[in-house]
Amino acid sequence: MSRYAELPAYEIVERIKAHEIKAEDYIASLYERIKRIEKDVHAYITLTEDLALKKAREIDKKIEKGEKTGRLCGAGIAIKDNICMKGVRTTCASPMLEKFIPPYNATVVKRIEDEDGIILGKANMDEFAMGSSTEYSYFGTTHNPWDLKRVPGGSSGGSAAAIASSTASLALGSDTGGSIRCPASFCLVVGLKPTYGLVSRFGLIAYANSLEQIGPITKDVRDCALLLSCITSHDPLDSTSVDKPQEDYTKYLMDDINGIRIGVIKEFFGEGTQDSVAKGVWDAILKLEELGANYQEISLKNLHYALPSYYIIAMSEASSNLARYDGLRYGYRIPDKSYDWSTVYSKDRRFGFGFEVKRRIILGTFALSAGYYNEYYLKAQKIRTLIKRDFEMAFKRFDVLIGPTMPILPFKIGEKVQDPLEMYMCDVDTVPANLVGIPSISIPCGFSLGLPIGLQMMVPPFREGLLLRVAFSFQRNFPTLARLGNYE
Amino acid sequence: MSKIKSAEIKIGLEVHCQLTNLKTKLFCSCSSDYRGKEPNTHICPICMGMPGTLPVLNEKALEDAIMVAIALNSEISERMLFFRKNYFYPDMPKNFQISQYDKAGGVPLALGGCIQINDKRIRIRRIQLEEDPGKLSYDGTIESSTYTLVDYNRAGIALIEIVTEPDIESPKEARLFLEKLRSILEHLGISDGSLEGSMRCDANISLKGGKRVEIKNISSFKEVERALNFEITRQKSLIERGITIGQETRHWDEVRRITISLRTKEEEQDYRYFPEPDLVPVIIQKDQIKEIEQRMPELPDERRRRFIEQYHLLPQNAEILTRSKDMADFFEECTKLYEKPKEISNWLIGEFLSYLHDKGIEMNELRLAPRHLVDMLRFIDEGTISRKMAKSVLQEMLLTGKMPDIIVKEKKFEKILDREYVRNMVERVLKENPQAAKDAIIDEKAINYLMGQLMKATEGKIDPKLAGEIIRERLSELAIS
Repeated sequence: MSRYAELPAYEIVERIKAHEIKAEDYIASLYERIKRIEKDVHAYITLTEDLALKKAREIDKKIEKGEKTGRLCGAGIAIKDNICMKGVRTTCASPMLEKFIPPYNATVVKRIEDEDGIILGKANMDEFAMGSSTEYSYFGTTHNPWDLKRVPGGSSGGSAAAIASSTASLALGSDTGGSIRCPASFCLVVGLKPTYGLVSRFGLIAYANSLEQIGPITKDVRDCALLLSCITSHDPLDSTSVDKPQEDYTKYLMDDINGIRIGVIKEFFGEGTQDSVAKGVWDAILKLEELGANYQEISLKNLHYALPSYYIIAMSEASSNLARYDGLRYGYRIPDKSYDWSTVYSKDRRFGFGFEVKRRIILGTFALSAGYYNEYYLKAQKIRTLIKRDFEMAFKRFDVLIGPTMPILPFKIGEKVQDPLEMYMCDVDTVPANLVGIPSISIPCGFSLGLPIGLQMMVPPFREGLLLRVAFSFQRNFPTLARLGNYE
Repeated sequence: MSKIKSAEIKIGLEVHCQLTNLKTKLFCSCSSDYRGKEPNTHICPICMGMPGTLPVLNEKALEDAIMVAIALNSEISERMLFFRKNYFYPDMPKNFQISQYDKAGGVPLALGGCIQINDKRIRIRRIQLEEDPGKLSYDGTIESSTYTLVDYNRAGIALIEIVTEPDIESPKEARLFLEKLRSILEHLGISDGSLEGSMRCDANISLKGGKRVEIKNISSFKEVERALNFEITRQKSLIERGITIGQETRHWDEVRRITISLRTKEEEQDYRYFPEPDLVPVIIQKDQIKEIEQRMPELPDERRRRFIEQYHLLPQNAEILTRSKDMADFFEECTKLYEKPKEISNWLIGEFLSYLHDKGIEMNELRLAPRHLVDMLRFIDEGTISRKMAKSVLQEMLLTGKMPDIIVKEKKFEKILDREYVRNMVERVLKENPQAAKDAIIDEKAINYLMGQLMKATEGKIDPKLAGEIIRERLSELAIS
């Protein structure tokens, strides 16, 4: 059974539907694998084994009876632990929510269950999705399956590591400033941040609402298209969700990129980008050219300001979003109750939040304060508009914009944790897509010194189909560059 | 130190009105009928601000708010935004309130407008839509209580905030403004001002030479006048002692009827307003406004004009009647049953209003139907009771809700029409007042005196017409003999 673990999800689904394997056996084998590997990788915070096996048996029964089954039939899925699952603790990797059990499902969880996907557990992450290495998890760091001494990237590090170590067939992450794509790049898997509004955020515990989206992290591009097709839908519970007809993104998976115009973003190869990364990405661009695409370099003049703008907006929103965690209604509460409410709040928040979360709350509070609002928050929003315009202009000339996902190779655990600025710098190439709200994918494009390199591609809003088509062509023609993780 | 004239008082109000006729809260589908319910039973993950939940705007609340803006002649924004008002307080599940803002790029529902009070216009600065926080209760007072209880049933209830310009010049004018506003909202059918806590307000007041002082926690309209009067007296006495008034926020203590300083300007809260990222900008189409305009009911000002025209009421009386929708409705119901509108109006404005005022109650708390008043008026017309008696009957009606015929019977208010009895009483009065009786034969005026004596002797219960008749009859008999 373990030989199935490394298969992409769409193949597993086919085999389960074809009575070749039983969902229960497959899920049980995944848990066996998890038990072997987790002590090294630590991709999960909470496992939902009983629920998952029960669901698997239900699916097997459906198949026996010849009933219709969903598109994710039997696939084992890891869900980032900031996505609410009814009756299962959802921690955001924070002491604040260590014991929080939501009485509701995120819309994406409901969609996955409707499609007969099986949720294996809640994946590790940086606390409240604030980080780029998964080191800021209250439950301990996740290790990169390619090199256990290195970080898996973040904040959806658990989701990506689960895919790379084949302890899940599919995974969901969330991407506020690169949190899907960064770990996808570091773990040599596929990660896609959809257009803002394409996937419902209901049930996603907010870090920075105006920037983030839930998206798939998968072994390959076909799986990515499959999972994306299943989670997109207009949701009346999310006012920012877009009212568009649902699409089957797998229909875009054609091996044809002839004449596609690619813009290579110059700024993505600037100072701070490791040569090995730049070389790996350039090689990939030349490969795309071999497949019939044309490329040209392009400079986006306001991109320079993307990172500071991003952090100001994200932290500002976070400072307000995280105000609700006061310990009164749920979450961490100091045992001693003999204080007035404001003291209780202070103590709950002092002990309930980790250091990085508190840093961002403080910075965000500052940026929104009277006298600073115009200088920081409002200015950042203006820059956001300018960057949006830069991209709109660029998309008049190019179908796809391209560059590295991460400027650096996966770094060692502990290497940057003491230097927040250096950690923030890791997001320099991923934040623009969030500021602009456009789809962006990271796909594996090679190795340097045995460490994965990710290729980032961006397209105009709602052109996920095109994005997946280009990614698919690349993956199909250069499978060795985009080979799957093989932890064992 | 010169005396401060009323013209030097500037008052601005921030009125919070719950949209009480909505079925659900502003951003979730919880029932908004929370009054008298077990604490924390009208709540859901959304209004409790649980992690991952998102607000979705109640479209009906928006329509109601648009109606208010139309009624107050405000300029409705084409694209309005929700902003977060951030501050920590246990009555707020999210520790921010979804509200609106007119600075920092914010666009509230509507700007400008006015309310007319008699000959004066009170300008409106803005109208906005926001959510109500929960409710805190203490064991006794805030100071003495060792714990605080929180009830989130109210959290998320739709509120409109109406902010005036500082055009109000006296506490009485503030009350009149609020009464008018309430009447407008009641005519629109969107808010029942008689529900406890459905209309609350903060008042900003400055006296000439002083800074603006904000008074918070005024829970009803009656309290507004009191709070402002107290504050004016307090500030005047400080000014007279040469102390300048600094900008501060004060709390109205309803029990002790004083204002207490909450914080000075230096301690003012920074609410860190910024756009609510979970809600999209609300586009209000011209067509939507037009459609709402077309189904707007009659408003107090139109109704007042109609009362003057249709019922020939004095303008000031029409104004008073339309100050409350219940009163105006009661009046019109009566006119359907009884043909003298002025008579109805006089009784309502006279006896009814002073009764309500004395008892400190609202029209809807009375157990009276228009039928009560109309029947009583008919008794007067038929001569069954005198006007004086009618006043007693009315008091009894107001108190007990009994129909006038019952009261008249029970209380023996019915006028005495028994000829024999009246004749005997007249006889007695004439005997007791021989001189007047003599004078009366030649002087009509003396008859009035005798009449008065007669009424006194019979406690006003005899029919004056019959009494007059019998007195004249007896006098002419005396004159002959």
